[in-house]
Amino acid sequence: MSQSTASRTVAGRSTTPPGGGPRRRKHPLLGKNPFGLLLSAPYLIFVLAVFAYPLVFAFWMSFHDYFFAAPGAAVDRPFVGLDNFREVLADPAIIRSFGNVGVFLLINVPLTVILSLMLATALNKAVRFRTFLRVAYYVPYVTASVAVVGVWIFLFSGNGLVNQILGPLAPDPAWLINEDWAMPTIAIFVTWKGLGFFILLYLAALQNVSEELYEAASTDGAGRIRSFFSVTVPGVRPATVLVLLLSTVTGANLFTEPYLLTGGGGPNGASSSPVLMMYQRGIEQGSPDTAAAIGVILVIGVLILAFIQRKLAGGDES
Amino acid sequence: MSRGQNILRGVVLTVGALVFLFPFYYMVIGSLQKEPDPTVAGAFPNPANLTLDNYGDINSRINLLQGLLNSGIFTGGVILFTVVFGVLVGYALAQLQWRGRGVTFALALLVQVVPFQLLMIPLYVMIARDYGLADNYLGMILPFAINSTAVIIFRQYFLQIPKDLFDAARIDGAGELRILRRIALPLVRPALLTVVLLTFIGPWNEFLWPFLITKEASLQPLAVSLANYLSNIAATAANPFGAVLAGACVLAAPAVILFLLFQRHFVSNNIGSGVKG
Repeated sequence: MSQSTASRTVAGRSTTPPGGGPRRRKHPLLGKNPFGLLLSAPYLIFVLAVFAYPLVFAFWMSFHDYFFAAPGAAVDRPFVGLDNFREVLADPAIIRSFGNVGVFLLINVPLTVILSLMLATALNKAVRFRTFLRVAYYVPYVTASVAVVGVWIFLFSGNGLVNQILGPLAPDPAWLINEDWAMPTIAIFVTWKGLGFFILLYLAALQNVSEELYEAASTDGAGRIRSFFSVTVPGVRPATVLVLLLSTVTGANLFTEPYLLTGGGGPNGASSSPVLMMYQRGIEQGSPDTAAAIGVILVIGVLILAFIQRKLAGGDES
Repeated sequence: MSRGQNILRGVVLTVGALVFLFPFYYMVIGSLQKEPDPTVAGAFPNPANLTLDNYGDINSRINLLQGLLNSGIFTGGVILFTVVFGVLVGYALAQLQWRGRGVTFALALLVQVVPFQLLMIPLYVMIARDYGLADNYLGMILPFAINSTAVIIFRQYFLQIPKDLFDAARIDGAGELRILRRIALPLVRPALLTVVLLTFIGPWNEFLWPFLITKEASLQPLAVSLANYLSNIAATAANPFGAVLAGACVLAAPAVILFLLFQRHFVSNNIGSGVKG
């Protein structure tokens, strides 16, 4: 990590404007090296076309009566105010999908933060088989959801291995077709699948926690658990803010898992997600305006959650 | 630190790792079983119940080779765009001073938290309807074309190169294009493998976007055709689980093998700097 700390210092120095430098270029309007703008142009065009414009388009669509029309056909798409939002909020299936993703986040986010921090702390101190262990934890992350979903269906089916081991404790109906268990099972699947990435983030953050702090804590008589809570946890706080944000954003985007694990959000919509509803309403049923309104509500929800998390986790002082 | 605690930590980490790896082991075993055996004994290989038929079965329903090829074109296209344009932006962000640099860097960070799903409907309207790029490799690649994490990793690498190196070349009279070609590009090689690995995971594993935009089976990446098989027609196979798991092994193998071979390049520092900026 020392390398990147050094490079950050370099970055800090280089961002100071070259005021009164000995060799001023002839294009002060575009900066000292306008060539940089040329090099970045393809990327900037990409960001504008694939992120900025669609983002504006999504908001615009959610306030208009938008429908699919033949390419090139001039059709009237009247402004309808909040009609799309009213339609979304009056639809119990969509409301349920928002509730489901809430349940999902309540399980997935804390589990992700706690498990990845604990495993990263243990991995950081492990000496033997470190490579093997690290690889083992991120193999699920690099594998396609579609591939591992097959195994989970097999493992968690009515007479699957998990139920065979649990015997009489197994829930009935089985996990993925049980209204109470479908969403928690998906949340555990996603936690398992993404944990490796968050472990890597925490491992990087742990390199920044000074060894002296641990020594000081142990001189003051703090045990292992005490020093974990008073040195490690505050030391990796910026990483925790990031893990909270990223796992909330990924969680809110849940689609593939309910689509495949529970056959499209079943049973009875108990595991449907807002993005799954966006797909069904927008593409399958041809109401992209309703889908855009779901998306806007989802993003506002994520922003509120991110704001609350930031307040609770203490923002990034680093 | 006591010996007991070390052993305890080792045990916890090893048990955790086995829990993480077990589904993969089970995927391979399941793909080789003649009859699906969900009992505890079925988790161990039983020579009497082993077969490669499931691979033939899934291949007769979805063309595995075509699927792999489509996934490869989709992933390869994204990697190509990312490497070519990512290097240029990364260099410009780290070593050149131009107006808009701060904004560009902020954008590269910001787009990583924009939920793709909000953009899904407008992008579908634009790419599939307006540009007519449905069932087209370019339409698949476009939304992922330049990976912003890769841009930030390139920037990070270029920041580590002393600025003096470039300034010296400038004083010697080298033009910007020449500096880029002769100094910057040769230096970035170590970052390439990290970027390729990191970029690979996205499109290779992506399901939603190619699923929306490809209806024609011969153009679908393997993740999409396998998912369609899983959700529609799996019930008609002789051993549906075996066939699905065989397909899953084929889909997972390239990513897993790549990361086993090059795991040294997928290290915490790179990824951390990539996301933190």
